[in-house]
Amino acid sequence: MIWVAAALLFWGMAWALNAWLARSRHSGLRAVRIAVPVIFGLTILVVWELLVRGLNVPLVILPPPTMIAATFGGNLAILWEDFVQTFLKGALSGYLIGCGAAVALAILIDRSPFLQKGLLPVGNFIAALPIIGTAPILVMWFGFDWQSKAAVVVVMVFFPMLVNTVQGLAASSAMQRDLMATYSASYWQTLLKLRLPAAMPFIFNGLKIASTLALIGAIVAEFFGSPVRGMGFRISTSVGQLALDMVWAEITVAALAGTLFYGTVALVERGVTFWHPSQRK
Amino acid sequence: MNRILPILSVVTAIIAFWYAAVVPMNIHGVLDQAERDGVVVVPGTAKARRDFASLGLVMLNPGQAAKSWMQERPRLPAPHQVAIELWQTTVEKKVTSKRSLVFHAWVTLSATLLGFAIGTGLGVLLAVGIVHNKAMDMSVMPWAIASQTIPILAIAPMVIVVLNSIGIQGLVPKAIISAYLSFFPVVVGMVAGLRSPDAMQLDLLKTYHASRAATFWKLRLPASMPYLFTSLKVGIAASLVGAIVGELPTGAVRGLGARLLTGSYYGQTVQIWSALMMAAICAAVLVGLIGLAQRLILQRMGMTGR
Repeated sequence: MIWVAAALLFWGMAWALNAWLARSRHSGLRAVRIAVPVIFGLTILVVWELLVRGLNVPLVILPPPTMIAATFGGNLAILWEDFVQTFLKGALSGYLIGCGAAVALAILIDRSPFLQKGLLPVGNFIAALPIIGTAPILVMWFGFDWQSKAAVVVVMVFFPMLVNTVQGLAASSAMQRDLMATYSASYWQTLLKLRLPAAMPFIFNGLKIASTLALIGAIVAEFFGSPVRGMGFRISTSVGQLALDMVWAEITVAALAGTLFYGTVALVERGVTFWHPSQRK
Repeated sequence: MNRILPILSVVTAIIAFWYAAVVPMNIHGVLDQAERDGVVVVPGTAKARRDFASLGLVMLNPGQAAKSWMQERPRLPAPHQVAIELWQTTVEKKVTSKRSLVFHAWVTLSATLLGFAIGTGLGVLLAVGIVHNKAMDMSVMPWAIASQTIPILAIAPMVIVVLNSIGIQGLVPKAIISAYLSFFPVVVGMVAGLRSPDAMQLDLLKTYHASRAATFWKLRLPASMPYLFTSLKVGIAASLVGAIVGELPTGAVRGLGARLLTGSYYGQTVQIWSALMMAAICAAVLVGLIGLAQRLILQRMGMTGR
């Protein structure tokens, strides 16, 4: 009971601290803006730990964070192997192939308004479908190893990327294109110097959406069959063994990988599209 | 007509490509069967054919190509095979039959809709809290945004098994995953929507001495509708994916995800493809319905819906 009371007390104190920080004069400071969500996150971890201990929650339902951290630290080799298999081999290669192919196709169909008018609604439609369902088919075709995971990722990222790139290539205004025409710029010069740079905010929007999809695709595809390593494989087998601390450790890896992946794309975006209003301070 | 013609030609091109792809994909199986039936094929044995590329085999045995469109267990079924299977399992079976795709689709859809309703409701509530409470905004909002970069779907097997071990089965665990997946898009979209009225409009309501509640009901909520509908479309698609993936880990026997899984266990490719098409139809209908509601409601509210 003491643990539970401590959890409630800690929650109340942390929330009061956050409320005070948010209302204080310094709430605009960068340090405070970072501190408040960090305090909130830590509070959740502490309350989780205290409640699990206080209420004697069985380990097969919810392990406490300290135990997850211990499992994480104790199995770094396995987690790294899974990370390499699922993220570097499956997700990343599929991401590069899928996004590259989508941008290339978008540039190709960009010359034909007819194809654009046809592909854009179809692509939009397909982007909303549960494409993850193709995973069993692709696993059947490409085998259990990472190639099939990469194939799932290619299919998943292709259409969102295609739609965004086609929209981006149409983003430069008629005035700007006319200017290029008065310079007597060739098609490729206009593409490289005006239209692709103007499309970058859209392309990066697609790249960011695709970064999340890529990881999801690679993990879920492993539920349909995989070699004896990989994040999805580890999650599904550890769930079967009721080793939930391992599942949570793997989820932590997935969360870190997803956030870092997204963050990297966002960082590159800031460098490439520094001129765009959304990037201005 | 100007809009439909390009779409139709793209769809036709995709189907034509599909038919063309079926031939090399299935040619190995077709030739094995033909050899067993006593037809002369080049090269003569399965072992020799294994080293051949699929396209090469098609060139050597042009007479066998047509059979690749009507195999029983093809690697890639032809579109008409999927269409026939869809027709047989939806229209020609009773809805209550375990072989009816309508039955399986309904199992998945009910979890999707329940989860979507829960996730949307909680998401809107949290968004209202975030907009009105600065402490909540500063502590929760960064996490809500960060959570969109995380493959949340990875927790699906755990949720199913844990709830199963404490005796909760069937609809609810899947609905929880669906709710979780639709929750964050709705929160982020709704916060943006509730914040969309500009300072001028908020100032006007202040000069009217409007209370916070009145500002909420008369300005913020109506202004948030376009944002809400956009995120609802994202949310319902995510909900459906969540419900399908939620059916995978326990070896469920009912639902579209279960059809995918059993199909992949027993090599029933036609069954996988028809389940996939059914999932696509469900997604299209759900997103379409929300789009329709969006158009009607925004028109009624005097906003130009898009």
